[in-house]
Amino acid sequence: MPKVNYVSHDGETQTVEVPIGWSVMEGAIQNDVSGIVAECGGGCACATCHVFVDPEWVAKVGERSSMEQDMLECTAQESTEQSRLSCQIKISEDCDGLVVRMPEQQT
Amino acid sequence: MSDNPIVIVGAGQAGLQLADSLRRGGYDGKLLLVGEESSLPYQRPPLSKQYLAGDMADERLLFRPQEFYAKKNIDVIVGAVVRDIKPSKKTVTIGEETIEYSQLALTTGAAVRRLPVAGADGDGVFYLRSLEDAQKIKERLSSGSCRVVAVGGGFIGLEIAAAARELGQAVTVVEAQERLMARVVAPQVSDYYLNLHTSHGVDVRLNAGVREIERTSDQDMSVVLDDDRRIATDIVVVGIGSIPRTELAEAAGLACDNGIVVNEYAQTSDPSIVAAGDCTMHRNVRNDASLRLESVQNAVDQSKIAAANLLGERKPYDQVPWFWSDQFEAKLQMVGTSAGHDRTVLRGSLEDHAFSNFYFRNEQLIGVDSVNRPADHIVSRKLIAAGVAVPESIVVDVAANLKSLL
Repeated sequence: MPKVNYVSHDGETQTVEVPIGWSVMEGAIQNDVSGIVAECGGGCACATCHVFVDPEWVAKVGERSSMEQDMLECTAQESTEQSRLSCQIKISEDCDGLVVRMPEQQT
Repeated sequence: MSDNPIVIVGAGQAGLQLADSLRRGGYDGKLLLVGEESSLPYQRPPLSKQYLAGDMADERLLFRPQEFYAKKNIDVIVGAVVRDIKPSKKTVTIGEETIEYSQLALTTGAAVRRLPVAGADGDGVFYLRSLEDAQKIKERLSSGSCRVVAVGGGFIGLEIAAAARELGQAVTVVEAQERLMARVVAPQVSDYYLNLHTSHGVDVRLNAGVREIERTSDQDMSVVLDDDRRIATDIVVVGIGSIPRTELAEAAGLACDNGIVVNEYAQTSDPSIVAAGDCTMHRNVRNDASLRLESVQNAVDQSKIAAANLLGERKPYDQVPWFWSDQFEAKLQMVGTSAGHDRTVLRGSLEDHAFSNFYFRNEQLIGVDSVNRPADHIVSRKLIAAGVAVPESIVVDVAANLKSLL
């Protein structure tokens, strides 16, 4: 199972296995990784599962949809080129070792 | 503080949030979460959406895995019936066992409203509240051809209709009122959804009351409308609203009025008992009147207030309500209320299936319904909460950034 590294705002890393087909957000919620709120449960509707994907992984996790792009304009912490909504990143075999960093604030 | 646990009755989204918020708020005493269903707390919204139409495994619905509860030292009892609460003795009876609580939280949720006509309790008639309900409906929808009549053109009926159409089933929606989702959205949005469903092949009947569900043989059933028309079907799914679960609170002598009555601090008429979520008739400092809301937002935000107040922090409930509904490719998000508006301003376009209706009363923005414009929704939550002036010129210009108003 691919391993995903969730790095908290304080720099603490939690590494968890996430099943293929799940989202990066679900991997966090199901393993009690704090720093991802996901109040809409994964509908690309709330912008509270914002993460920064480490540069070397940006291409591997795929592209933002136009709706996700719009949502990233509204995150609690300013988004960057590395920003994604973690509910929109689906885990594939290519994601083994993925590193995502959580913002200080989600709401 | 007493050695007795804080007991939370009801293990849905509100109950889980309350437990989590108590721990996050620094409560380290005993904590007991009691649920009637056999599952650990799970998300209900997907049950009428992607769970029904897709291949979402049950475990993905859980809010938290089993280990979370052990780690946070939260005792969870599932599949248990709370029989009785005695506020004078501070006891709660779970099954055969009576225990003392230090403080009590009621997050008992709501139950489906039953269709009060002949034949509505027989085989082939389904209601949707629990995972078990969804599993039964899903089984019928995904094993061959199955005609569906959805009674009720609100969120639940329409989401089920959309899921069933996506699975290739023939679907009729029967709504008693003259438009869809009449209780929650403005007429223009109802019209949009009528077109959306019709264009996807759903047969929508408005102004149509159900008189009876008739069974002509073991397999054949018909929904009989008030005007004698009959709709032959294989299953009927009823989504006509819900009723707050107040029976325990009422028996315990707590004030109830279409919900467990709570003040803006989520306190019931007994100072040791709070309540939150679908089951409450509550005060929000933003509104003049009490209201009952069935939503994720209310379950989460009110539970946080309830937890804070159990911990002695006096924090009033003032969040702006929001809701969402997924039907076909349309993501509907609502914030605030359109009720009582005197002006509507459109942003985006209905033809492009991406628009938001902004509702104003006395020049003040009071609500926004968005379809496929989630960014408008998120910003509007903040605009309404902040109470800032929102000029029409900015709203109608999709190139203008609403965020600049904050």
